Amino acid sequence: MSTDVTDGSGPGIRGDGAVGADNATDRRVRRLLFGCAVITVLTTLAIFFVLIDNAASYFFGAKLTEMLLGASVERTVKFTEFFTGTRWAPDHATPGHGVLPIVFGTLAITVGAAFVSIPIGTATAIYLSEYSSKGVRSKLKPTLEILAGIPTIVYGYFAIAFINPMIVAPIAETVFDINMGRYSLLSGMLVVGIMTIPMVSSISEDAMSAVPDDLRNGAYALGATKFDVSTRIVLPASISGVFASYILAVSRAIGETMAVTLAAGMQPQITANPFAEIMTMTAYMVKMARGTTAVGTVEYQSLFAVGLLLFVMTLSMNLLNDWFKRRFQEEYR
Amino acid sequence: MSTEEQSLITTEVQTENTTRTDRPDETVLESRGLDVHYGDERALSDVSIEIPEHKVTAIIGPSGCGKSTFLRSINRMNDQIDACRVDGELYFHGKNVYDDDVDPVALRRKIGQVFQKPNPFPKSVYDNVAYGLRVQGLDDKLDLDDAVERALRGAALWDEVEGKLDSSGLDLSGGQQQRLCIARAIATDPEVILMDEPTSALDPVAASKIEDLIDELVEEYTVVIVTHNMQQAARISDKTAVFLTGGELVEFDDTATIFEDPADDRVEDYITGKFG
Amino acid sequence: MSSETDHDLFADVDLGWEHRKNRIFLGIIFAASMFGVVMLALLLFDVATDLYVGLTEYNINLVDFLTRDGSRREELSGFRGAIVASIMLMVLVTFLAFFVGVGSAIYLEEYAPDNRITRLIEANLANLAGVPSIVYGLLGLAAFVNGVGMGPILLAGAIALGLLVMPIIIVSAQEALRAVPDGVRNGSLATGATQWQTIRNVVLPAAMPGIMTGTILALARAIGETAPLIMVGAIFINRMPRGPFDRFSAMPTQIYNWANEPSQHFIHLAATGIVVLLSFLFVMNLIAIYIRHRYETEI
Repeated sequence: MSTDVTDGSGPGIRGDGAVGADNATDRRVRRLLFGCAVITVLTTLAIFFVLIDNAASYFFGAKLTEMLLGASVERTVKFTEFFTGTRWAPDHATPGHGVLPIVFGTLAITVGAAFVSIPIGTATAIYLSEYSSKGVRSKLKPTLEILAGIPTIVYGYFAIAFINPMIVAPIAETVFDINMGRYSLLSGMLVVGIMTIPMVSSISEDAMSAVPDDLRNGAYALGATKFDVSTRIVLPASISGVFASYILAVSRAIGETMAVTLAAGMQPQITANPFAEIMTMTAYMVKMARGTTAVGTVEYQSLFAVGLLLFVMTLSMNLLNDWFKRRFQEEYR
Repeated sequence: MSTEEQSLITTEVQTENTTRTDRPDETVLESRGLDVHYGDERALSDVSIEIPEHKVTAIIGPSGCGKSTFLRSINRMNDQIDACRVDGELYFHGKNVYDDDVDPVALRRKIGQVFQKPNPFPKSVYDNVAYGLRVQGLDDKLDLDDAVERALRGAALWDEVEGKLDSSGLDLSGGQQQRLCIARAIATDPEVILMDEPTSALDPVAASKIEDLIDELVEEYTVVIVTHNMQQAARISDKTAVFLTGGELVEFDDTATIFEDPADDRVEDYITGKFG
Repeated sequence: MSSETDHDLFADVDLGWEHRKNRIFLGIIFAASMFGVVMLALLLFDVATDLYVGLTEYNINLVDFLTRDGSRREELSGFRGAIVASIMLMVLVTFLAFFVGVGSAIYLEEYAPDNRITRLIEANLANLAGVPSIVYGLLGLAAFVNGVGMGPILLAGAIALGLLVMPIIIVSAQEALRAVPDGVRNGSLATGATQWQTIRNVVLPAAMPGIMTGTILALARAIGETAPLIMVGAIFINRMPRGPFDRFSAMPTQIYNWANEPSQHFIHLAATGIVVLLSFLFVMNLIAIYIRHRYETEI
């Protein structure tokens, strides 16, 4: 849509006078709007800069900016301790700087949630795209959209007021004879799983609906049942879109904050017990921000080290998604 | 259509017909008073026809006359369309396929279909042909290899794809894709093959290959072909049914009769290009 | 072949198992589809019963709840300060994100040449939409609260939320602009209008309902966001903010505070707060739907 009207030459159609003024306005507006678009790029750069700059002071005792001004560099927290240590307590009197427990918390929640959202979301997508009547579909889809529009804090409340005391705790007590607290890994997995169902189902369904009917008819004409058509034709043909929805759901689960904080708690530990309280990376950040953490302390700096790690994890998920979309474009026209 | 073309068709019909007259006519498909509605719109009106076994039956007529609807009502692909209602009877070997106890899935395993636009699945050549067999529960590798080769030979495609069975069916040319779809249809060994304008999306060379193939297929299968191309109907079919607007079957007879001496004036007008 | 009778026509095709498989599969995926619906019903039911119990057993008075500010004492605690803070946040977010967001969308859809800078901006937008909201909070904390020394004030929270919803506004505005047919643009350009005159007089008016709808939905997302506000320090403030430079606690952060308290009374205050928050979202969605339907037919 960009047509350059300033190059007009020939009798009487040169850009001058009133037209010239209009064109000057047009160029100014264009530069202004370009500036708006650049703000989005600056946001990304600012995020990168802020995270790296502050994380540097966690590891090296000085911000990047301070280093450039000649501040001395000392190794305050070693990378080996950060990445391999199993005790996370930067705010403790005898601090532990091993990030593994809270990385474990985040990954455990993510994997558990994926076990809920991926099968249920995919099944919902197949039902919506292949089986449901128009009437059912026109009610089910908006209902799932409501599920997607509910704020995460409400899910957190749902976990702490319902899922944990009414579902998880009774199971722990009656089946496993475990007395449980207010928080548990399992309720975190469940609630994040429920939250991410609509992402999987709606993106997968879009991909499945984009499969041309030619292919379905080809299979039906061979005497295939709906089950065959759904699982052998539609699902394979839409697999790249379906996988993209999984990656997005996983990325969302990694960065999820309020629901996991209220559901799974603030106890950094590596445990196989789904009824135990754990801490995710995001929950740690909430804990630090709630406390009176002074700028320049190790606790404050650790916030950004964890934030940087979280950002890198979700960024790599997004890049994986981009790569996946390019690599596995649906073949049909 | 010019008179020269007209005479050309006539001669071809005669030569074709001599090859298949020895077989006795045995009815495989028969419709009685078949009506099809899409919502309030009538697509087929009181169609009664007997389609003989091991013959090529062509269905011709102007656009929107219900040719494809008739084809889809044979293997009940119309079931896929919500607003579609079928009245009347359609017998396959004397059994009404619209009876309650008939399973459309089972029916479609007996009656295959080839579509207007080639629609290979986004799978390998091999998996495309094996699809129907796998759906029907065959998973022995050797049996599958065997059946795939037989189907591809039957569809005159084997020599062209022998070395690239693992490449995607979508990498083939349009004509090859359509023959792949034919191979896919015959792999499950149906009795009847329905073809819905199978050459209309192809170039003339590819189309003539499909026509040659139909000529061979009819040795083993019954072929019902919808075509908008009258020369094609004249070249390849034994019987021709003419549908006209409103979904009405106007005339059904030996192809030679239809093209040389149709009983109905409207058919004569349509054949000679005055109508439709 | 014709010797076959009616009965054994399909005798060689045993489809009993196939159809059973299909029905079992349908049963499973239908149950799975209902899982989300059941969870939504449970969630709403849980909030509703907690509200009811709060109103009856804990004597939460709705009028008091809406007209009092927060308090350490549960029986005196209300939601007014949080509601006012959330409304102020929304107004500020609209000012911060709407013009820049729509401006970016106009540039990308109407002006941008197809070159590497444009592709970079587009790819970056997709990436920004995937950044966890808590990271925007870190940006607000480091750059605005401490970097330029704002302190944990409402404006800092609004900037974090504004940056968070900017990609959402841009993408929905782009869709609205794309929906305007090219014929409209060409008609205007052919009369000798400049690009900007065309956009201002023809394209933007036609796209405005879509842009408004997208913006309202983005604001609905912003009003429920909790994590970025906690990061910029919006917590433990009970009184009503006096302006954009005052400290604050908004609806979601107040709900978080209450939900974290061990006292059951606070839990029911949280449920009451959630009902207020969801009512806001409900009304905003209704407005968006109204605008969409009102103008849908006119274009």
